Amino acid sequence: MQEITLNQILFVSTTLFFIGMYGLFTRRNLITMLMSIELMLNSVNINFVAFNKYLYPEKLDGLFFTLFIITIAAAEAAVAIAIIINLYRSHNSIDVDDATEMKY
Amino acid sequence: MSNYLYILWIPLLPLLSFVILGLFGRKYFSKISGIMGTATLFIATLVSFIAANQYFFVDGKVNGVYQKIIAFKYTWLDFSPNLSIDLGFIIDPISVMMLVVVTSVSLMVHVFSLGYMKGEERFATYYSFLSLFTFSMLGLVLSANIFQVYMFWELVGVSSFLLISYYFDRPSAVTAAKKAFIVTRFADLGFLIGILILGYYGGTLDIGLLIDRLTATQSTPFISITSASFLGASMLTWSLTLVFIGGAGKSAMFPLHIWLPDAMEGPTPVSALIHAATMVVAGVYLVARLFPIFSMDESALKIVTYVGGFSALFAAVIACTQTDIKRVLAYSTMSQIGYMMFALGISKNGGENGLGYMASMFHLFTHAFFKSLLFLGAGSVIHMVHSNEIKDMGGLRKVMPITHITFLIACLAIAGIPPFAGFFSKEEILMAAFHSNKLIYGVALFTAALTAFYMFRLYFSIFWNKEATIHSNNLTDKDHSHGEGPWIMKLPLLILAACAVGVGFIPFSKFVSSDGAAFETHTDLLFSITPVTITIIAILIAANLYKKQNVKSDKIVNAVGGFYTAAYKKFYIDELYIFITKKIIFPYIGQPIAWADKNIIDGFMLLLAKITSYISVSIKGLQSGKVQNYALYFFGGVLALSVLFIYIWK
Repeated sequence: MQEITLNQILFVSTTLFFIGMYGLFTRRNLITMLMSIELMLNSVNINFVAFNKYLYPEKLDGLFFTLFIITIAAAEAAVAIAIIINLYRSHNSIDVDDATEMKY
Repeated sequence: MSNYLYILWIPLLPLLSFVILGLFGRKYFSKISGIMGTATLFIATLVSFIAANQYFFVDGKVNGVYQKIIAFKYTWLDFSPNLSIDLGFIIDPISVMMLVVVTSVSLMVHVFSLGYMKGEERFATYYSFLSLFTFSMLGLVLSANIFQVYMFWELVGVSSFLLISYYFDRPSAVTAAKKAFIVTRFADLGFLIGILILGYYGGTLDIGLLIDRLTATQSTPFISITSASFLGASMLTWSLTLVFIGGAGKSAMFPLHIWLPDAMEGPTPVSALIHAATMVVAGVYLVARLFPIFSMDESALKIVTYVGGFSALFAAVIACTQTDIKRVLAYSTMSQIGYMMFALGISKNGGENGLGYMASMFHLFTHAFFKSLLFLGAGSVIHMVHSNEIKDMGGLRKVMPITHITFLIACLAIAGIPPFAGFFSKEEILMAAFHSNKLIYGVALFTAALTAFYMFRLYFSIFWNKEATIHSNNLTDKDHSHGEGPWIMKLPLLILAACAVGVGFIPFSKFVSSDGAAFETHTDLLFSITPVTITIIAILIAANLYKKQNVKSDKIVNAVGGFYTAAYKKFYIDELYIFITKKIIFPYIGQPIAWADKNIIDGFMLLLAKITSYISVSIKGLQSGKVQNYALYFFGGVLALSVLFIYIWK
């Protein structure tokens, strides 16, 4: 079996990142947008792990960053969902287009 | 030096009274506010008499010369070691003399107003304004710094404005107040520029220092101010002329006199205080204060002389034709101030040459008493008749005996009949004029005759002429009859009448002279014969014309025809001013400036605002309120920066 190169992994993570970005820009549903953000975070995690393994195999810094990001992503998901619930209560919808009070 | 510190109380007491009455008077003690104001001023008057006594008789003299004493000094604005503005109170013969005049006349007016203004709704306000005026005038006469003079000068103008417009529900009073304020303010512009020039060359604003520097002919400031010239006159002449313009505005000298007759719209006691006895002599006082500097410059003194002389004659002619009792008095004030001015103008500095200076101050002193007496008497008459017009009066001598007697005394005093006060001061002025300028002497003599004529025209028209029939209904009707008014209105008349008789006997030259040293005046009986005879003839003519109702005066009026009309219309000076302002200044200067202001200056600002608003309208769509758009911009920004830093900036 062929060895997996760093470039291939970076390609995967970049793909994942832009899929997340695409989702963030096109979806109007907040939950989906939150999921897209998680995708982008995960692509970053992949990057960290890959760089750690291929460039500095003797160190663990990249892995630590990944662990941190996973923790923060969990906390962020909790906060974001709280915001979404509040938005639902006040606007009866979780569509971002319905919440445009800050328009000029 | 510091043993005069108590004179601080003289201006401070009226200030206190102004603050208290102004803030709380109307609400809490409107009834007793008059008493409060009068009582405070009474104390101030006592203090100023004590100060005068101490200065003139105890310790003012050193080696026979009255010293200038700085009673109090405080550095107010300290800009740099060379430029600071001090507040200080100076004590010298003229300031002490003015203290006495201002406080005593003001006290009389306060007392008189207790009766005259009784029952007015804004009684407390009236008294607070009077206190403000008294404070500012006292501050003005005591000022040791020319900038301080200017501040109090403006304060005096403001209080005059407030008091003229006291009856603010009358449009004429409002117009008169505005006119007085604008005309004097316009003149004050000259004063300010004059001060700045003097201060620039003299290097100080302190009057004493300024006089020292600008009278020493060898000093650098003097040389620089006399050598610098502008439009053919030295800067000294310019600065003094400008200062004199300020003084002429306040003192109602031709051609800035137009506000004074209109100022008679104020309550009569106010006219007595401000527009006869005190404020209008501020200009004379200012020239006297800076007299040592004036005496260094012939041309400035000439201007003072001729403006004063012309005003004296001009006003006297107009006064002969006016029919409003207060306007006659107003023009007579202007004429008498003209006397004081030209007396200063013909004077020289020092010793017996300073006769004119002394005479001017003496006349200021006596004039304050008899002119306020005349005005208060007129106030009594107006209070009774409820009209200012001479034709509504007549035969009042039986109805108001005390007013009649005191008015007669004042008329004799102003006409210069011995032994009344006006005789002595006027003699000194005529004497000074005789010895220095024959033309002015002639003008003064003629004016003296006119003065006697119009004063006695007034006197006979009010108190003799026809019988007092018109108002007999009022007199029998108990509700309308207040006779001559309460004793509180008669008392000041009597006191002032006593002054009008007595103050002439004060050997004034012993106390006030241009250099502080006492000198003897020589009363020359032979010299006095001419003016007194002329005066008596004028009085007899007036008696002949106006004592009985007759048509003689109308015949004379018809005989001189056009001249009479011109004088009656005040020689169309008001019309001239209106023509100049409305037909020349407004359309050719005012409107172009207004246009430029509206279109160019405002237009530029509007343009900026328009551009801003256009840009913001066109880009406001960016703020859509959609989170994803913002995120898109953010990523776009990051992308642009990445491209910039990775490929372009390297």
